[in-house]
Amino acid sequence: MAELNGTGAELDVATLRKDFPLLSLEVNGHPITYLDSAASSQRPVQVLDAMREYDETTHANVHRGVYGIAEEATRRFEAARINVGRFVGAPNPSREIVFAKNATECLNLVARTWGSTHLHAGDTVVLTEMEHHANIVPWQMLAAEQELNLRWIPIDDDGHLVLDDLEQLVDGAKLVGVTCMSNVLGTLNPMRHIADVAHAAGAIVVADGAQSVPHLPTDVTSLGVDVLAFSAHKMVGPTGIGVLWGRDELLSDLPPFLGGGEMILDVRKDGFTPNDIPWRFEAGTPPITEAIGLGAAVDYLRGIGMELIRAHEIALTTYAMAALHERFGDDIHIFGPKDAVERGGVLSFAFRDVHPHDISQILDQYGVCVRAGHHCAKPLMRRLGVNATARASFALYNDKSDVDTLIEALDATGAFFG
Amino acid sequence: MPGLEDLYREIILDHYRSPRNRGELESPPAQRVEGFNPLCGDEIVVTLEVTGGVVSDIKIAGSGCSISQSSASLMSAAVKGRPVTEVRELIRTFKGMMSIHGSTLPSADDGSTPDDEASEPEPIDIEALGELAALQGVVKFPVRIKCATLSWNTLAQGLDESEPA
Repeated sequence: MAELNGTGAELDVATLRKDFPLLSLEVNGHPITYLDSAASSQRPVQVLDAMREYDETTHANVHRGVYGIAEEATRRFEAARINVGRFVGAPNPSREIVFAKNATECLNLVARTWGSTHLHAGDTVVLTEMEHHANIVPWQMLAAEQELNLRWIPIDDDGHLVLDDLEQLVDGAKLVGVTCMSNVLGTLNPMRHIADVAHAAGAIVVADGAQSVPHLPTDVTSLGVDVLAFSAHKMVGPTGIGVLWGRDELLSDLPPFLGGGEMILDVRKDGFTPNDIPWRFEAGTPPITEAIGLGAAVDYLRGIGMELIRAHEIALTTYAMAALHERFGDDIHIFGPKDAVERGGVLSFAFRDVHPHDISQILDQYGVCVRAGHHCAKPLMRRLGVNATARASFALYNDKSDVDTLIEALDATGAFFG
Repeated sequence: MPGLEDLYREIILDHYRSPRNRGELESPPAQRVEGFNPLCGDEIVVTLEVTGGVVSDIKIAGSGCSISQSSASLMSAAVKGRPVTEVRELIRTFKGMMSIHGSTLPSADDGSTPDDEASEPEPIDIEALGELAALQGVVKFPVRIKCATLSWNTLAQGLDESEPA
């Protein structure tokens, strides 16, 4: 994950914002201030148009019809796969990219295929305290069935993983599940280091890239992990499609996930022969229009440049943290690393003693959309000693004016609750 | 477009700032029940004593937003010292108020038991709710209905456990 500072180039937010129709919406009489891209990002016309154009000119089922539009649909679907694979640096994109419903389903896929064939009673799985439930619960479900041990990499008070005892923690483990970037703290984890230590211990690394892939350059080879899951709808693409990258050798050995069409080579009364990867894991008609949309989303992000996006979000996060502290002092507590270079543009905060639900409700009156809740990370919430946080998260289309609006609306929230 | 004044009525803010019957009764003898809102992580602990068919004492602990906390506080004040039969009726009436618009708002489902969903909505006697009527505006904010009903569902569970219906 490259870090760029002082490249000279700046993101032209005012111009690219015009690509996103929803961002011209008015909410409660105010222009919308959308600060919930960590939950789901907005889509540019380029993505919406690509999906509509495909539906209007090309749609047919893929890998089946022997007629013009079906062949073209298949070609475009598989081209989207390769495009997405190249976006994350997959060495062999036509085989290593699997489409599923979302990042959560991708992680379940790994648990149900690799996990159920490689993990046995007494084996150990290592997770981190900052994982999203999507990279916890599939392993807990498997652990309950197969009597696995779960160990946890703790976090420190600044929201970094405590890696001093990593060798001991992963000793004897078969799998390490870790997020590239926390959806609550924004923390960017040292994936390469964790992967090297895990591999030395004989464990594979299952990485959750749902928050990182949309916001910073990603190269699976440099990350050093074995699988990486992410979702289209957090990277200016549509809902309904998630991506699993896995090393060719690792995926090739795995049994199918779900059964049905597409995932088979042959079916007889006495059994079936599974298809080659990646189709082995894609039972039934896949999300074709969504794959086209995801391909367009990748084109859009690549056209702007992930390094520029990352630099923009570092600058914006730095500005936001300084401005919030300057205005509210001790009344605001922002969780996670203090330095924006060590984190993504995700700001979870506590504001005075106002409950996050109430914060979010008042902010909505000013058109400001933030997330309130446990962010599907309850073990982390317990570690932080809170039930919930409010979370403002940035994307390429946010700028300082959004932060300023957030601050004014927070000020009003404070006044409202006295 | 419902305004904030529909949601945050003065009486609600008052109960939020100065919650009534705060704390926990010794359990046992008191019945202790925990309720969780899986959406937001809020939790509530209701401890109650039922003596001779009457809710003789009740206390509320836990943490949550202004709506869940004030609803719990209002509830504790409303049910303390009242016969269990009346309290059950009050729970029914309150939850009825919280689902007035349920038929037009799919997201307004408050996770209550299936028999509630199947039955025709009965006319609600808002007058009978007294101060609790201040929470009426919550139904205009469907996401917050679960906040308002959390303590009531927890109380209902407590009554079931202390005195099976």
